[in-house]
Amino acid sequence: MITIKNARKIYPSNKGEVKAVDDVNLEVKEGEIFGVIGYSGAGKSTLIRMLNGLEIPTSGSVVVAGREVSRIKGAELRKARQEISMIFQHFNLLWSRTVAENIAFPLEIADVAKAERDKRVKELIELVGLEGRGDAYPSQLSGGQKQRVGIARALANNPKVLLGDEATSALDPQTTDQILDLLVDINKRLGLTIVLITHEMHVIRKICHRVAVMEGGKIVETGPVLDVFRNPQQPITKRFVQQVTEPEETKETVDHLLERYPHGRVVQLTFVGEGTEQPLITNLIREFSITVNIVQGKISQTQDGSYGTLFIHLDGEEGEVARAIEYIGQHEVGVEVISNG
Amino acid sequence: MAEKLFPNVNWDRMWEATVETLYMSAISVVATFILGAILGLLLFLTSKGNIWENRPVNLVLSAVVNIFRSIPFIILIVLLIPFTKFIVGSMIGENAALPALIIGSAPFYARMVEIGLREIDKGVIEAAKSMGARTTTIIWKVLLPESMPALVSGITVTAIALVSYTAMAGVIGAGGLGNLAYMEGFQRSRNDVTLMATIIILIIVFLIQFVGDFYTRKLDKR
Repeated sequence: MITIKNARKIYPSNKGEVKAVDDVNLEVKEGEIFGVIGYSGAGKSTLIRMLNGLEIPTSGSVVVAGREVSRIKGAELRKARQEISMIFQHFNLLWSRTVAENIAFPLEIADVAKAERDKRVKELIELVGLEGRGDAYPSQLSGGQKQRVGIARALANNPKVLLGDEATSALDPQTTDQILDLLVDINKRLGLTIVLITHEMHVIRKICHRVAVMEGGKIVETGPVLDVFRNPQQPITKRFVQQVTEPEETKETVDHLLERYPHGRVVQLTFVGEGTEQPLITNLIREFSITVNIVQGKISQTQDGSYGTLFIHLDGEEGEVARAIEYIGQHEVGVEVISNG
Repeated sequence: MAEKLFPNVNWDRMWEATVETLYMSAISVVATFILGAILGLLLFLTSKGNIWENRPVNLVLSAVVNIFRSIPFIILIVLLIPFTKFIVGSMIGENAALPALIIGSAPFYARMVEIGLREIDKGVIEAAKSMGARTTTIIWKVLLPESMPALVSGITVTAIALVSYTAMAGVIGAGGLGNLAYMEGFQRSRNDVTLMATIIILIIVFLIQFVGDFYTRKLDKR
């Protein structure tokens, strides 16, 4: 559905050239939810704007839904944009129009007749769960409701691709989850291809099928979300994965533990998919004469299965502990000894 | 009662002058609104980072606006005499005041329009572009409606300035309350005529302010 080849975007600046996007290659399949994660300034914003021609690459090509967006202009580009819609961090609604009129705006742009427009607006208001709010002005809505209007507006012309530019970054965690659920629902119901950029790994974990990690204008890592979680390669990816798998206090707790119990070992276990469902700890205690102390644990759901981490402290006779660790390794569970006691 | 307080006022003449002032103000406000909005839009659209970014055009427009905005109105009337004679055919009467009124206030209003347009969230314009809107659609359905409260409060201020400009134009023969106050009130030392003309001008200004404020508030849904 989307193919980006050797895309570069170079801005001239006082201190020489700034490479906002540096030789990016990307392929997004039809019906996929694809996430691009990176810190601010990584170039992800420029990248997503190339997909609807708001930014034109300095070199390389961008093809979306069979159209070379990086080349077309004028009427053809405007037509293409009706099939590639976008939702924004700050919603970008027209405050002078009501909810219904905001949703009708893209339909007016596409020259849809009034009666047809009204019918479609009604459907869309229902689709995003804003029944009864059609006559309200954006200033009377909460952030989550505003983004629902943004989504309804983006869906008005039955687009093939939906682009999300930090679409949940201005929302509180609970509202973020509701909006993400709505996006998954839309993806499943309409088979819409969705590309999101974000700096929150939570967003990637919750709804994306595949993820690309961006740093300094380049894509440094890409793959199915679960694979990236299980086996992050780059340091930056590891940091993003830690955002969701490890509560912030983990490191402190582990340090504290190593200090207090110089014996035994602190081990980090990672479970993927079915691994999360085994009674591993019970088996450990039954089969080996060791003590097991659970330090910290968390299970996260992704679109393709669950992913969990567990920090445990094992203590006992040294050979027995080593055998226990080996046993864990045989059960599709990642095991990493944090530090020897 | 009125006869005692204002013994020298000829009420028919006062009414006639009021109508002339209203006529000059109304025509010039409408023309200023249209011309100023067009100029303001062009100033905005050709500025850096906007749809029709064009530095030379922007510089020229900006210079013209600044020059006409800086010339004192009373001097502008005199400077425009040949132009007015060419367009209107005479220097006497209400119509003769119109070219100077419009040329004097449109650049003033254009700056206010430009400021109003700059206050529109760039993201909203980007959103309209991302939906495939053409530039004319962006102008009519995004820029103008989203800046309407600023446009209305701007034209209110401009209209009030125009009422006082009509009085100045009156002094050099354009008719209206200014002309009456000057010719009848000042030249013949009939202070009651000057006072009555002032009261009527004040009423007009207050009415404009009231209506302008009402619509500014009504339009603002932020």
